[in-house]
Amino acid sequence: MHRLLRSRSTVAGLAAFLPARRPRLLAVAGLVVALTTPVLAQSPNPAPSELFQALGGRAGLVVLMNDFMQRLLADPRMRPFFEEADQQRIKDKLVLQLCEVSGGPCRYDGKDMKKSHEGVDIDKSQFNALVEVLQDSMSARGVPFRAQNQLLARLAPMHRQIINLPR
Amino acid sequence: MNVYPISCLALSALSAVLAWPSTEAMAQPAPIPGVARQGKLLLTGGVSSAEGPAGGGLTPWAVIGSHATGQALGATGHLTRVRSRDYALTAFGATVGWGERAEVSLARQVFDTAGTGSALGLPGLKLKQTILGVKLRVAGEAVLDSDTWMPQIAVGLLHKSLNAGGLASTLDALGARRSGTDVYVNATKLLLADGLLISGTLRATRANQGGLLGFGGAAHPGYRVVPEISVAYLLRRDLAIGAEYRVKPDNLNPAGLGAGLREDDWKDVFIAWAPNKRLSLTLAYVDLGSIVPAVVPRRQTGAYLSTQISY
Repeated sequence: MHRLLRSRSTVAGLAAFLPARRPRLLAVAGLVVALTTPVLAQSPNPAPSELFQALGGRAGLVVLMNDFMQRLLADPRMRPFFEEADQQRIKDKLVLQLCEVSGGPCRYDGKDMKKSHEGVDIDKSQFNALVEVLQDSMSARGVPFRAQNQLLARLAPMHRQIINLPR
Repeated sequence: MNVYPISCLALSALSAVLAWPSTEAMAQPAPIPGVARQGKLLLTGGVSSAEGPAGGGLTPWAVIGSHATGQALGATGHLTRVRSRDYALTAFGATVGWGERAEVSLARQVFDTAGTGSALGLPGLKLKQTILGVKLRVAGEAVLDSDTWMPQIAVGLLHKSLNAGGLASTLDALGARRSGTDVYVNATKLLLADGLLISGTLRATRANQGGLLGFGGAAHPGYRVVPEISVAYLLRRDLAIGAEYRVKPDNLNPAGLGAGLREDDWKDVFIAWAPNKRLSLTLAYVDLGSIVPAVVPRRQTGAYLSTQISY
């Protein structure tokens, strides 16, 4: 319901962008959305536990997050965010979070994504840089590309809570 | 042709000056200069279409060209060569993207009419077109909003000016103008979990063969709204395959030559490889249908190769 309201307000925002004498163009935009929607509805999401298994289960996630943190500290774009932090705690929370998000038998007990990133300015390029490092880690650990994308698809919407600089 | 590297260099210099970190971004930890200019994920700025805007090869996408995000400016330069059975097209140009908000593109197309030019008494005829494009993202986030159906939506226009050389008087006689403006609206969505990108465009246009044979005709002088669709599947982070279909108007049919200037829809299958954020290579098999079937009736199929550098 919330999502529906938001997409409606986006269309209203689009309408505000267009000159008054362009109802046709707006109709056209609506049509494009309508045309793509049935295709979207068909995309199947495999059982969550499959994804959790593809990530190597909880043990695999522990190894993955160790690798991930090493890469974050080695990346000049990411190091400043993590070098002073309690790295072990972050790794532990990430294991829980990724376990839960991928359909594993865990419950993330850390702060929500907005709170945990408060006080640090994060823009889109930094969010994407972290995605790239995570992709590198998953590739290095042999996580299949398809499983990587499935995990990223579940994490990506968090950009709304994490990115706090205007895009 | 020498203009190409020089213009790229100039654009690079320009974007280097303008992409200097804004004071707004100067929070702790200090941002590293250049990160926002390379801030998009690989290939999510598309490649350069033959008309300039970021997208696939034949159609624009709603993404903004270059890898820039936020307030940063990024630039791309492209060189594209299409070789069909009886014709050849060289296209080159540059695009400046302002974060994920807007892009401006400038492209030049040189179409070698080869045997058809000779058959029309114009040996060596080359049709030259300059295309100035502007694209504005108006809504949505194509990549990261993977939990909604909402695509990224952009509107754009392409102003095209044709230098038809010795063919100008013929185009005049056919009622085809020498310049025209396409207006389009575009929706692009990456289904991240499936690695599948879908993009649809509706274009209001009068262009004949994309503008290379002028704009409109005596029988159909007005605008038509035509759809275009592009689908891409990510095989790896740096490798995508896909297909495109672009419906075209058919304004010069019938004309003085009957159906001799009939035109067909364009389609292609492509593979795009981006070894890094600086470079992408796109190879496609294109089917451009008939081009002046009065002289050359066979379908113009062939190869499309495009190189893009991104800064």
